[in-house]
Amino acid sequence: MHEMAITQSILDIALSEAEKHRASRVEKIRICVGEYSGVVPQLIQEYYNIISEGTVAERAELVLRRIPVTVLCRDCGRESRIDKRKVRCPACGSVQLQLLTGREFYVESLEVE
Amino acid sequence: MEIKVVRQILEWNEDCSQEIKETLRDKKVCLINVMGSPGAGKTSLILEMVKRLAPDWRAGVLEGDIAGQIDAEKMKRMGIPVVQLNTDGACHIEAMSIRHILPMFALEELDVLFVENIGNLVCPAEFHIGENFRIALLSIPEGDDKVEKYPLMFATTDGLILHKYDMLEYFDFDDKRVARSAEDINPGIRVFRVSSRTGDGMEAFIGWLRQRISEELK
Repeated sequence: MHEMAITQSILDIALSEAEKHRASRVEKIRICVGEYSGVVPQLIQEYYNIISEGTVAERAELVLRRIPVTVLCRDCGRESRIDKRKVRCPACGSVQLQLLTGREFYVESLEVE
Repeated sequence: MEIKVVRQILEWNEDCSQEIKETLRDKKVCLINVMGSPGAGKTSLILEMVKRLAPDWRAGVLEGDIAGQIDAEKMKRMGIPVVQLNTDGACHIEAMSIRHILPMFALEELDVLFVENIGNLVCPAEFHIGENFRIALLSIPEGDDKVEKYPLMFATTDGLILHKYDMLEYFDFDDKRVARSAEDINPGIRVFRVSSRTGDGMEAFIGWLRQRISEELK
């Protein structure tokens, strides 16, 4: 249900950046989504098409880049990619981990004209 | 042409959550975000927590509900400072709403503020509301597969209460499985088996709660 508020935020970011760069048209919005994020990409594109109508960013394509969960092990110092269902260092089994990536949710760049 | 942007999509919420944290740190109030399904027993557990912290700390409650004020009235009758927040259909509470409501509490007189989030295992987990820490409830009748089904809720909470634990013998609920999968996705999680009705398990949980609050109020 809160996908609507998220979509509005994406549109607001695209419009304010487009204005700053005097773009006449936004074609693509590249978004990074960490694997920990719970958003539903298909819904966002559909909502987006509706609320962007009549703006310079109308029907822009939302391109999502998934970012895996990676951690730094505080015990063995290794960096690894992990499955979020098993939060544990794959090298030594320690659970003393620092999350490096996986919680991202941001607009990375725009493709404009 | 490509424009580099890098702007957080939930930035409005994250900024606001940070602001609340600072306000509450100044006022020396610890905010605890209480989450769980409708009927998991959030209100009963909050009443117990308020009661058991009372000799040392004065606690208030921010009651989040989609509609109505049944829980808030119950608390008011018990003399607990309470403010009702109705989200009018929204599935979670956002930091912005908390910021609007904070001035309605006499924060100088409070040490702890419980926020009873909307009954839902999905959306509330994604929104920080300026909390110092989180408590999630999973009641025995809900089933032992919920950690696997709603991972974010259990991956982001500090304490997990297996609530209505006195019902264990009536349900096929494997509490070891729940504890194991919760620890798999969240190694720092503390799991407590509690019944607000009988009081079983309450002491261990309140002991942990007190310790967490003291750390936060330091």
